[in-house]
Amino acid sequence: MSIAVSHHPGLARARFRPVRATLIAVTLAFLALLLVLPLAVVLVEALRMGLATCLHAITEPAALAAIRLTLLTAGVALLANGLFGLAAAWAIARFEFRGKSLLLSLIDLPFAVSPVISGLVFILLFGLHGWLGQWLAAHEIRIIFAVPGILLATVFVTFPFVARELIPLMQEQGSEQEQAALVLGAGPWQTFWRVTLPNIKWGLLYGLILCNARAMGEFGAVSVVSGHIRGRTNTLPLHVEVLYNEYNFAAAFSVASLLILLALVTLVLKTALEWKVARGIAPRPRGGHS
Amino acid sequence: MSAAAAPLLPRLLGRSAAPAALPGFGLSLGFTLFYLSLIVLLPLSALFFKAGTLGWEEFWRATVNPRVLASYRLTFTTAFVAAAVNALFGLIVAWSLVRYRFPGRRLADALIDLPFALPTAVSGIALTTLYSSHGWVGRWLEPLGIRAAYSPLGITIALTFIGLPFVVRTLQPVIEGLEREQEEAAVSLGANPWQTLRRVLFPVIAPALLTGFALAFARGLGEYGSVIFISGNLPYRTEIASLLIVTRLEEYDYAGATAIAVVMLLASFALMLGINALQHWSARRLGQGGAA
Repeated sequence: MSIAVSHHPGLARARFRPVRATLIAVTLAFLALLLVLPLAVVLVEALRMGLATCLHAITEPAALAAIRLTLLTAGVALLANGLFGLAAAWAIARFEFRGKSLLLSLIDLPFAVSPVISGLVFILLFGLHGWLGQWLAAHEIRIIFAVPGILLATVFVTFPFVARELIPLMQEQGSEQEQAALVLGAGPWQTFWRVTLPNIKWGLLYGLILCNARAMGEFGAVSVVSGHIRGRTNTLPLHVEVLYNEYNFAAAFSVASLLILLALVTLVLKTALEWKVARGIAPRPRGGHS
Repeated sequence: MSAAAAPLLPRLLGRSAAPAALPGFGLSLGFTLFYLSLIVLLPLSALFFKAGTLGWEEFWRATVNPRVLASYRLTFTTAFVAAAVNALFGLIVAWSLVRYRFPGRRLADALIDLPFALPTAVSGIALTTLYSSHGWVGRWLEPLGIRAAYSPLGITIALTFIGLPFVVRTLQPVIEGLEREQEEAAVSLGANPWQTLRRVLFPVIAPALLTGFALAFARGLGEYGSVIFISGNLPYRTEIASLLIVTRLEEYDYAGATAIAVVMLLASFALMLGINALQHWSARRLGQGGAA
């Protein structure tokens, strides 16, 4: 086959030129309509009433409280799921044991659960009519319609992100370097800090970036457990919803543009990491089987 | 599920393949299982236990009344249409991004993940503003008699936005792996572009395309944030299943919410199993293609 081809490489190209132009045009038009317009409309609506209104909307006390709660939530999710990702990847990529593929499926489970159901399960556990509701009420512990519920729901929806990045990466790298370090007399933690962590740092960072974007932006799960108490249990996305439903559009879009900034920073970091990793493994073709 | 995980631990601990090689097996696996049970398995089992406490009759009443059935129909239809639109345009987008070099290609490639990175509430209010009757796009549709916002069409648009990356990101590596020689051979043997697509490319791409479609569909079934702003939320007309769960919760009808949630969750699990099978099929198929 390849012999026949080498005689006519130009033929195919000439024949496909109109196809090529059409497909590129469709691609750009579709992406502009679907992805770029929504970004643009948020920024335009945010600045409609002027920059001062926009800045006021993101610096007034309820907005600042929402920013603080969002940062706290993301911080907890990053720490908890980061540690879990490291532990899970260590256990799964470095050891053989029975039930491993079951464990892998269970780790992915939260991705198959829709946002609203992710919130619902915590209401069934901790809500007033839930399993532990009466006991919690008797001890005056509030989880639902309070910060702990928001943290739990967020940790649930972002659960697999870091583990999913680290497990295949560590499986691919193998354990020779760690074994060498141990043979040469390094302690377990020393091996982890000096050998494992430097090897997986970009994968870890990548997983944390994805985890962070979802944690800061989660809406459905958090909305169900939050109770929407202004200044207390509103994260940034919930604050956007409240403002929008009050017809305070300028403020809603101003706060939304903060979240757009988050999304763009996420995309830039993610793309930069992908390029870095692609260069790092450049000798190997990305396509795999060619 | 948590009941099955707990007694596994002691059995697993004894089964390290390389006993003396690396430290930390017990600690890391123990923590993994503990954290998994606490954060994921325990809450999810609460859902199924709650469903178990409903009588069969109560469950039936909560899941097959007309309003709930209307919400299932709407959710499945809009998610299906959106996934189909994404399969078509996602294929074109993925093909162009992999095969052609044009100005803005890298930017476009990076933007594909925007629906993942953008909080769904922001997508929701942005799309609603665009497609409402005074919006940038809606004002052109209204004279044509097309009502986009606050209609099933609006829901489909939101789900198309949400689902795009699933199709494109699933197809890209497969298109990168295609062997150009086969297409060029087909052309040099006289095939036109359509024949080349149908006979040579499509059979190789099909499993990945179907996987991307299924992933987008599954995501669409559960989507909430980007939909509720643009849907209008009229019972029987534009009320998706996720919203109906929230409505039931606000009425303190935990049983009703649980019943709908269990149905949606089982649909989603079934889809995920199907997608896993598809990916195996896809991988086997590609493996054979490479060997041939």
